[in-house]
Amino acid sequence: MSDSSLRVVWIYPDLLSTYGDQGNVLVVGRRAQQRGLGVQRVDVRSDQPVPTSGDIYLIGGGEDRPQRLAAERLVRDGGLQRAVDNGAIVFSVCAGYQILGHEFVNDQGERQPGLGLLDVTSTRGTGERCVGDVLGDVDERLRLPQLTGFENHQGITHLGPTARPLARVRFGQGNGTGDGTEGAWNDTVFGTYMHGPVLARNPLIADLLVKLALDVNALPPVDDRWYEALRAERIAAATQPA
Amino acid sequence: MSGNPEPLTPRAKLAVTAGRAAAAVSRAAGRGSGSVIGGRVALRLDPDLLARLAAHLDVVLVSATNGKTTTTRLIAEALRGTGEEVVSNALGANMPAGITSALAGGSSARFGVIEVDEKYLATVAQDVTPKAIALLNLSRDQLDRAAETRMLAERWREGLAGSKAVVIANADDPLVVWAASSCANVLWVAAGQEWKDDAWSCPSCGGVLQRPGEEWACGECGFRRPAPSWALSGDHVLDPHGSAWPIRLQLPGRANKANATTSAAVAAVFGVPPQVALERMFSVTAVAGRYDVVSYQGREVRLLLAKNPAGWLETFSLIDPPPAPVILSVNARGADGTDTSWLWDVDYGRLAGHPICVIGDRKLDLAVRLEVAGVDFQVCQDAEEAVRRCPPGRIEAIANYTAFQDLRRVVGN
Ligand SMILES: [Zn+2]
Repeated sequence: MSDSSLRVVWIYPDLLSTYGDQGNVLVVGRRAQQRGLGVQRVDVRSDQPVPTSGDIYLIGGGEDRPQRLAAERLVRDGGLQRAVDNGAIVFSVCAGYQILGHEFVNDQGERQPGLGLLDVTSTRGTGERCVGDVLGDVDERLRLPQLTGFENHQGITHLGPTARPLARVRFGQGNGTGDGTEGAWNDTVFGTYMHGPVLARNPLIADLLVKLALDVNALPPVDDRWYEALRAERIAAATQPA
Repeated sequence: MSGNPEPLTPRAKLAVTAGRAAAAVSRAAGRGSGSVIGGRVALRLDPDLLARLAAHLDVVLVSATNGKTTTTRLIAEALRGTGEEVVSNALGANMPAGITSALAGGSSARFGVIEVDEKYLATVAQDVTPKAIALLNLSRDQLDRAAETRMLAERWREGLAGSKAVVIANADDPLVVWAASSCANVLWVAAGQEWKDDAWSCPSCGGVLQRPGEEWACGECGFRRPAPSWALSGDHVLDPHGSAWPIRLQLPGRANKANATTSAAVAAVFGVPPQVALERMFSVTAVAGRYDVVSYQGREVRLLLAKNPAGWLETFSLIDPPPAPVILSVNARGADGTDTSWLWDVDYGRLAGHPICVIGDRKLDLAVRLEVAGVDFQVCQDAEEAVRRCPPGRIEAIANYTAFQDLRRVVGN
């Protein structure tokens, strides 16, 4: 691997990869490679230190107990905070999204501290689980097409003043707060409840992460035919729920 | 024949009769075999019916995420080697109503070989007081509705604690070992575990499992792989005396050799020697359409069911090598789980070199998955078009649950 290759770090596949989260890692890597970039993928198990020299960090979803263990180990390790201080890009999903916030409610019903990398706080909903296809409009500052994803969570995430919603939902629940927001971001750290996996459904978000990591404004085009076909189908499915 | 030493109570008899009548009505109305509705009617009339029906049987329960239907068939065949009659829910109706219905049909049987849905194992085990319980594996399946795999293991562990049954359990699956460890009498079988991604975390303490080679152990609490007394070794079953018995199956793949190994261990509990058990297992061909090779449009199509990432992994290891053409079909209806994210847990890169056609409700999810895996594929409208487009050779058709039923219907299986 050359020093110029993009370092993509997957955090804790042993605990947080319940919802096909490897897909986000694969999509980022594939799309970078299609642009002629070298990609170095680093999978970090929860008994290993988080490297601080990565370019893009991905952290996925998981069940309640693994979420508690992952948060304990990430807080103790401290590597991800140092990476963010160094300017790394982080993209998180579901349980991983909650862990990046100030706190969440764990499997024992206790409020547990997260990493505080996103200005969000999560609690557990008492109503029905949010399950199904979601359609939203992405924050206009990000200049991205509509967000499509599949949600499956009971968590509720409230945004503080320094976090912006990633999207406003048209169909689906998103953050579960009832205000129509979905996910959160703050320039370098992103969080979402969307599965799918979300980067397979929204490849331009994967490209955005690569652009931010490389500090470039544009990437050469790639053949998005199958992604576009899938997006059209799932957007239609979200607008006409069964 | 052991016969039926304790005749059913009048209430139980009435319940059985009512159940059969309901099943017959359901069949006449074209709603399948009617076994589930028959069982429901019978259980409503006599909630203890399952226990009563099982009382005169030597029962073995079989549960797992994958392979329980096949293993149930293999054990049933092996126990027929005793010359006694066996009753079994061979059609895969594996919740209490379906089980009740199956047992109601076997009044002269001595053995009951019962497949049980993972979520119902503990309650069924309490009802039927089994002589043996076979536990094969636990892995992620239907994520948007099923419980977390570790929670299932926990339910098994609590529900089976204190059971007098001989538990025949896979020593290579840490979740199964943890579930079975609450039982007094366990026979460990080294049946293997190809899919490991639900078992990196210690089910007991949450520590990271170290897995050098076949062994596994928790670095924190010492929870580790127990020493097996039975083992699958290549094409042979090793018994507790160290004798190796050849496995001869018409069913393909490593996973079915593992199922045969567990079945041989179960048969031994009931006094059937391994060589007799394994010989009888040879008679099993297709199981509810799985592994069947059918002629369709002048082509030979092998039907393979893969419901979850562990199942897909085992299936990839048994298909013919390239250039055998492969059809992949995926749906996401209720019975499949409606989230398709699991496709990304499956290493489709292993299909490189096969001509691939994709069909099913979620063929576009598959298309993106294969595109990212960097393998060539064609998207087809339906099975008819896919078969037509496949190059010569036997076609391997791999489908998840409802896609498999669709496929069977189309090819006339
Ligand atoms: Zn442990």
